Amino acid sequence: MNALFLALAYLRYHWARSAVLVLVAALILSVPIISQVLLNGSQTALTERAEQTPLVLGRRGSQLDLAMNALYFSDDRASPVTMADADVIWDTGLGLPIPLNTAFETNGARIVGTSIEYFEFRGLEVSEGRQIALLGEALLGAATAERLGLGPGDTVISAPQNLFDLDGVYPLELNIVGVLAPTGTPDDEAVFVDIKTSWVIAGIGHGHDGVLAAGATSGDIVASAAIVEFNRITEENIDSFHFHGATADYPVSAILLVPNDDRAATILRGRYLDPENPVQIIVPRDVIGELVGRIFRIKSLLDAVTLIVGGAALAAVGLAVFLSYRLRAREMQTAFKIGARRGMILRLIAAETAILLCLAGVIALAITLAVQTNGTAIVAWLLAT
Amino acid sequence: MITIENLSFAYPGGDFRLTIPSLVLEPGEKVAVVGPSGTGKTTLLNLIAGITVPQSGSVRLGDQTVSQMNDAARRALRAAKIGFVFQDFALLDYLSARENILFPYRIAAGAKIDAAARTRAAQLAASCGLEGKLERRPGALSQGEQQRVALCRALVMQPDLVLADEATGNLDPANKTAILDLLFARTAEQGATLLAVTHDHELLPRFDRVIDFSTFRQAQEGAV
Repeated sequence: MNALFLALAYLRYHWARSAVLVLVAALILSVPIISQVLLNGSQTALTERAEQTPLVLGRRGSQLDLAMNALYFSDDRASPVTMADADVIWDTGLGLPIPLNTAFETNGARIVGTSIEYFEFRGLEVSEGRQIALLGEALLGAATAERLGLGPGDTVISAPQNLFDLDGVYPLELNIVGVLAPTGTPDDEAVFVDIKTSWVIAGIGHGHDGVLAAGATSGDIVASAAIVEFNRITEENIDSFHFHGATADYPVSAILLVPNDDRAATILRGRYLDPENPVQIIVPRDVIGELVGRIFRIKSLLDAVTLIVGGAALAAVGLAVFLSYRLRAREMQTAFKIGARRGMILRLIAAETAILLCLAGVIALAITLAVQTNGTAIVAWLLAT
Repeated sequence: MITIENLSFAYPGGDFRLTIPSLVLEPGEKVAVVGPSGTGKTTLLNLIAGITVPQSGSVRLGDQTVSQMNDAARRALRAAKIGFVFQDFALLDYLSARENILFPYRIAAGAKIDAAARTRAAQLAASCGLEGKLERRPGALSQGEQQRVALCRALVMQPDLVLADEATGNLDPANKTAILDLLFARTAEQGATLLAVTHDHELLPRFDRVIDFSTFRQAQEGAV
């Protein structure tokens, strides 16, 4: 009890030194646990979603980038393919193509342009409001809705791709009509719109006021710089929205393929094996499986590094404690001279070490619990960036 | 009573040897030890306190032979019957004055800080002019106040013997006199023997007896 009192008094008086020791020890304790929690969470998140996605079609290039973009809406976007590629799949009758256009963002969330089949495919349900039905409508993922504090009736504005491109895409104000139920997947972080809305954001489709000159007939279209282009789609102006060019040429970032059966999947994959074909089909399970394998090989390396760094840090903490006792030699000598019982000094050291380790343990536990509680969100954020 | 007989001590590998055939300190006696550095004054205090053990001879404190006790018994004896006052005060910077005074209770076997101990600490502090300063840490006290705290710590367990190793060596003249007054008064109150090593010859007339190591050792060694 006396050793505990003296230890507490000493640690409190030298609070800065004690705090540094506690934090270092807490980090040494928590880093391996946190990395394990995050890696396990990443593995689960990566593999689960990959397992649920049979095939992905996209521009030939990095298979990993394509998988990460199509599954996790990451920033690593390959060149887009076109709707013609989706049509080709549709025409084969071998499976269902679900286009994804992930080129745009709003308030730090990815805008995912897709078809209504996507929600059924992923098992997404609307928890508030309704499903998107019209051009310019948006459905928020649960996490994004919570983060932005938005819901049905509110609006979000798409972010321009490049602030300095005056000729670029105009922002479009999207009408939020619903919020999705949370799923613990990257869908929670996204803002969903119809694929056509994403093309409006891209500037392929647009709406504007009358372009007929005074006295002109309906066949005489006259445009001028005075034309006002709508940046929000409303009931009043929705009919003025139209698209230029052929739909088949419109871009999509990737196409999720849901083959009718294994045979159809094999046939589809076979058709895109040619390395000269600018389009490829990947099997997310294989791509992500390889990634996870690499991650765990890297984890072994990280574990070794953590062990070495942790050992070095512990040695540093030990040295700090040892030096502290060297500095306190006079105090120990005084205690000895005035009759400190044998073992009192050892008890004092033990009490101080125990208090430091207990505090470090509590902090490490708090950090670990915080990471574990928010593990899904952290993993989703890590995968999306 | 402290009795030393045929004491002989030498540091391992050193030329120094302290030999005292006979020395007796009566209860309540105030004895000063003077002499040049290196003549064994502090060694004498350490031998009496059982901090070091003589190669031969005996040191008795009352009816207990310190030189024949084991380490644990000597520690217990020091905690219970001997108070130490050091030149550099040796206070713990992280404890308040009150806790510094009570420190011997915290480290001694079987000692317990109860209401009586707290009252005694407060009374001692008051008698040494430390009222209102008991919650301050040593860093917030003057040197004179720090030595008063050290003096209270030496006396709080009501020792039979107080060993002061140049207790006034770091103090200015005013504080020197004040501390010595307190040391004499408090030890007299308790009937404790005081053995004080000092270099300050002005203070010597106040002691009952002065042992001058520059002549004492020669005389003692000559007597052997």
